[in-house]
Amino acid sequence: MSYKNPVTTPRKSATFDDYTLSEIRRAAATGIYDIRGGGAKRKVPHFDDLLFLGASMSRYPLEGYREKCETAVTLGTRFAKKPIELKIPITIAGMSFGSLSGPAKEALGRGASAAGTSTTTGDGGMTEEERGHSTQLVYQYLPSRYGMNPRDLKRADAIEIVIGQGAKPGGGGMLLGQKISDRVAEMRNLPMGIDQRSACRHPDWTGPDDLEIKIQELREITDWEKPIFIKVGGARPYYDVALAVKAGADVIVLDGMQGGTAATQEVFIEHVGQPTLACIRPAVKALQDMGMHRKVQLIVSGGIRNGADVAKALALGADAVSIGTAALVAIGDNDPKWEEEYKELGTTTGAYDDWHEGRDPAGITTQDADLMKRVDPIAAGRRLANYLKVMTLEAQTIARACGKNHVHNLEPEDLCALNIEAAAMAGVPLAGTNWVPGQGGF
Amino acid sequence: MPVFDLATTELRALNQALHALDKSGASENFEVTNPRGAHAVAVGIDAPVNVTIDGSVGYYCAGMNEKANITVNGNAGPGVAENMMSGKVVIKGDASQYAGATAHGGLLVIEGNASSRCGISMKGVDIVVKGNIGHMSAFMAQSGNLVVLGDAGDALGDSLYEARLFVRGTVKSLGADCEKKEMRAEHIEVLTKLLADAGITDVKPEEFTRYGSARTLYNFNVDNFDAY
Repeated sequence: MSYKNPVTTPRKSATFDDYTLSEIRRAAATGIYDIRGGGAKRKVPHFDDLLFLGASMSRYPLEGYREKCETAVTLGTRFAKKPIELKIPITIAGMSFGSLSGPAKEALGRGASAAGTSTTTGDGGMTEEERGHSTQLVYQYLPSRYGMNPRDLKRADAIEIVIGQGAKPGGGGMLLGQKISDRVAEMRNLPMGIDQRSACRHPDWTGPDDLEIKIQELREITDWEKPIFIKVGGARPYYDVALAVKAGADVIVLDGMQGGTAATQEVFIEHVGQPTLACIRPAVKALQDMGMHRKVQLIVSGGIRNGADVAKALALGADAVSIGTAALVAIGDNDPKWEEEYKELGTTTGAYDDWHEGRDPAGITTQDADLMKRVDPIAAGRRLANYLKVMTLEAQTIARACGKNHVHNLEPEDLCALNIEAAAMAGVPLAGTNWVPGQGGF
Repeated sequence: MPVFDLATTELRALNQALHALDKSGASENFEVTNPRGAHAVAVGIDAPVNVTIDGSVGYYCAGMNEKANITVNGNAGPGVAENMMSGKVVIKGDASQYAGATAHGGLLVIEGNASSRCGISMKGVDIVVKGNIGHMSAFMAQSGNLVVLGDAGDALGDSLYEARLFVRGTVKSLGADCEKKEMRAEHIEVLTKLLADAGITDVKPEEFTRYGSARTLYNFNVDNFDAY
C-alpha cells in the first residue's frame, strides 16, 4: 500500500529571505561586500509615525494665505560675522562632485538659489558650476581634504566640518575607479581609475579639544566671517551635539541613518547609526541643557520627503532640515522614464542604488559624458525649486493649522505618536493617551 | 617692519594685517614676538610676505599658506603648514604631529625632528626634515616629496598613493603597500634640488633610499584580504 504525503505550500524562511539568499550568493561569487548608494532601506520608526493635533477648541488656527506664516531661518548667529539668511528652512545636503555629475551639481545650485536656500559641496572640492549657481554655498571640510584650498574656503558662505554622516557614522568616503574621470582625478590629486577610499578621521586633529583649535584656525583664515557647521551622523546625538557646541560650532547638522551616501557598504548603511527620529530630541535636549537651543542652530537630515516631515522635525526642535535623496529624485533620479535601462542594469525604478558604478541612466550619479547630458541643469533646477516651495507650503499649512505664525513656533506639544516606538523616540504622547514612554531622561 | 608682540596684541590683529596685504605686490617683512605657543599664527596668508616668528607656536601655524615665507625660530605644534598651497615654511626647532598635513604645494623645512604622521595625506607639498620622523608618516600621501635626513618610525607610507619618500637613515617598518624603490637619475635630480632649496649642503642625494607605493591596493582584490 502506498502512502502519498500531501504537499504543503512551499514556505520561505523569514530569516533567510530572497534578498538575504541573493546576497550570500553574491558575496560567495565575488569576494567583496555589497556596495551601494542611498540610505537605510529597512523600515524604521519615522516621521510617518507622528501626527499633528491641529487646532480646535483649545487652540485657534491661522488663516491660510491671509495670515502670514514665516519660514525664514538664520544660520550662524553664534560667532560668525556673516550668518546665512535663508528664506526657507530646507537646505540641500552635501553631495560631492565626483559622485554627482557637473550638470547635477549645477541643477542643485540653481534650484536651491531659486527657492532662497543653500546648497553644499562634498568630498571632492568646489566646482565652478555649483559656486556660480549657488547664492549660498556651504563648503564641506572633510577628512580627505580633496580639493580643499583657501581660495574656495574664502569664497564659501559657510564651512561644514564633516565628522560623519548618517549612512555611515564612523566611515569614510568611497568613490570607485569607474567614476574617477580626468576631471575628478585632477580635483582630488589622485591617479585615474583607482578605487578611492577617503579617510574616516581628520588628518590633523583628534577629538573635540583639538577640533576647538581647528575651528579657531578656520575662523582666523576666514576673518571670523563664515558660519562654522559641524556635521555628525546619528550615533550618540546628545553627547555629539554637546561636544560640537563645546568645540565652537555655529550650526550642527545631524544626519540620521536614512540619510544617503554616494557609496558605501550595504552592511554599514543598514546596521550602523540611529533613525533620524531617534536623534532629534536628544540633540535638542543637549542644546537646551547648555542654554544654546536657537543660539546654535540644528539642521536635521535623513529621510526628509515632504512638508509634513519638515514640520515634524521643526516641531521636535530643529531649526532647519536638509535633503539629499529627495533633491536627487526631484531632479530626475530613479525616474520611471528610464525603466527599460534600469531593467538592463538588473534593477527597477525606485530601487536603483548602484550609484558607485557610474552608469546612472538619469545622468546624475555618473561621470559618463553622454549620460550626464540627460540632466538639463536649468529644467532640473526649476523642478527642485518647485519641490522646495511645495515642501515649504506644506509645512506652512501645518503650522497655520496649529496656530503658528512661524514654522519655528511648532513644538512637541503639537504632536502625538501612532505607536509606542515613535512616542518613545520623539518624546511625545502615544495618540489618545498622555503616556510618553521612556520619559525621565535620555 | 611691522612687529606684532603677541604678549600685548591679539592674534586677530596679526592675521587681519597679513590678510590685508597685496597678493601680488612686493614682499614685506613682518616680525612676531612672544607667540608663547599661540595657535593659528600667520594662517591663511595669500601674499609674498616674509614672516619671522621668534618663539614657539601652537597648532596650525602657517595653515593654508600661499606665497609667504614663514620662519619659526622655535618649535611648532601640531599641523604646522597644514594644507599649504605655496611659499616656504621653516621650523628651526622640532615639529609636532601632522606637519604639512594635506598640503598641496610649497616647501616645508623642519630643522629638528617631526613627530608622527608627518606629511599625512600630502597632496603635492615638499617636506624636508633634517632630523627624524615619527610613526605613520606619509599615511595616504598622494603626491609631493618627503625627505628625511634621519630615521623614520613605524608604518612609513601606509596606504601610500604617488608621493615619493626619501629616507637617509633607517626605517623602523613600512606601512601597507609601501615598498623600497630604485633611485633613478630623475630622483637624484629632484632630491638634489630639494636639499639645495632647504639649504642643506653637507649631504649627498645618493645617501638616501627611495620608498613609494607598490600600488597593490589601488583597486580592491579579495586576495589582499590580509592587508585590509
